[in-house]
Amino acid sequence: MAFLDLNNLSHQYFTKSGFTKAIEDISLSVEEGSFVSFLGPSGCGKTTLLSIVAGLLQPTEGQVLIDQKPLKEQKASIGYMLQQDYLFPWKTIEQNVVLGPYIQGDRSEAVKQKAASILSEIGLGNVLQSYPSQLSGGMRQRVALARTLMTDPKILLLDEPFSALDYQTKLKLEDLVSNTLKSYNKTSLLVTHDIGEAIAMSDSIYLLSANPGRLSKKFGVPSHLKTLSPFDARQHNDFNALFQDIWKELNKLE
Amino acid sequence: MSKTPLSDQKRFEQYERRLKKEKQSIRVWQVFICVFFFAVWEMSSRFQWVDPLLFSSPSKITNLLVKKFTDGSLLLHMQVTLFETVAGFLLGTFLGILLAAILWWFPKVSKISDPYLVILNAMPKVALGPIIIVALGPGYFSIIAMGAIISVIITTIVVYSAFEGVDENYLKVMNSFGANRYQCFKEAVLPASFPTIISTFKVNVGLSWVGVIVGEFLVSQKGLGYLIIYGFQVFDFTLVLSSLMMIAIFAAIMYQLVERLEKRLIKQ
Repeated sequence: MAFLDLNNLSHQYFTKSGFTKAIEDISLSVEEGSFVSFLGPSGCGKTTLLSIVAGLLQPTEGQVLIDQKPLKEQKASIGYMLQQDYLFPWKTIEQNVVLGPYIQGDRSEAVKQKAASILSEIGLGNVLQSYPSQLSGGMRQRVALARTLMTDPKILLLDEPFSALDYQTKLKLEDLVSNTLKSYNKTSLLVTHDIGEAIAMSDSIYLLSANPGRLSKKFGVPSHLKTLSPFDARQHNDFNALFQDIWKELNKLE
Repeated sequence: MSKTPLSDQKRFEQYERRLKKEKQSIRVWQVFICVFFFAVWEMSSRFQWVDPLLFSSPSKITNLLVKKFTDGSLLLHMQVTLFETVAGFLLGTFLGILLAAILWWFPKVSKISDPYLVILNAMPKVALGPIIIVALGPGYFSIIAMGAIISVIITTIVVYSAFEGVDENYLKVMNSFGANRYQCFKEAVLPASFPTIISTFKVNVGLSWVGVIVGEFLVSQKGLGYLIIYGFQVFDFTLVLSSLMMIAIFAAIMYQLVERLEKRLIKQ
């Protein structure tokens, strides 16, 4: 049995002038510990899909099951990383990172220690008392990752988390996030418009067609690419072949 | 190579000197304008360029202030007005923020009350003065109410739109951790709106002075507003201008206090 099941998800947005169908009849299952990416043209409902899995949005049809249990019963088991870090500028890095446990009522000393240890693991052990404005974009996105990991989410949702970064930082962060998530054995869903990023990081890739968003094709990443770090995977010969395949499929969709 | 650090240091010192000079020059100009203004005022009054009965003169004002300070009569009026203004300011501002929070909490209430807020905001609140004075009696309460009512609606509107304008993604972060509405408000919406709240403080400092002075005009018992209306009635414009001078000083002090609060609240 799969760890995460999406069953016949559909969602409509209503406006004064009518409604738009963001996603339609999406069903898929994800194994525990695996990394899945969603690629597609803009307007294919990628962010809607993540919001539904995060429990922030109630789908008009279908349901999300984690370990065969409906999502509502285990809301806190999801971590969400956004396009930008959205750190609270008036909180210190430490206060930002402990936000999740803090909201859930855990203000113990152990939480602070955990925050410090996660931050030092990703190379940010010395900025606990700094404010977000003192950090670079890449550092801030790493802090956002730490904040997401603090609540021990079973599933991590990544909504184009590297799109606002410069290329070099992005490559470095891909490696860091990929390694971190592997070492914590997290199940991850990544939404992106970057084909290379999807191949380098994922175990499998779903292509979505637009208006309404529908699953159009699934690509499996070859196992020897999976084991490589994202940066090394980008250098591998098979990377380009897969890139070309996906590129052609994506062009057909538009 | 060994020369570079020295010249870098020198350049920095030059920059520092330039900065200091600029600052000094601005100060000098500010003091000059102040001195010039009072000097011209004094002279034009002495040489009858303007009507001294109407415009008085700095020396007459100073004499009157000194006299009224020493016999203690000014102190009472100052205390009364200052108390009323601070009370009106605090009441109006915090009531406004509270109302804004209620509107944010209940979106439906906000939609229903929207046209009424627009009308209340556009209405000249000082016109309510007579009614307030009859309702609350001619005393502190009605004057404080005047100071508060003049700022409460605009505070509500401005702060509410700041609450609404908070980036939704902050709330998304909060919600992804399962935060309830109160936590969203306390951790994200309210702190993100501090800059706007501070600027309404600044506007309200001025507004509450208007409300209180108009209130004192109407009640005519005590306070700097009463001194102004009394001076006007007996044609003692030295008294009017002295009171105005005191108001200017206190309004400036209150504004400074708000700025200090701003620096403490908004560290980053």
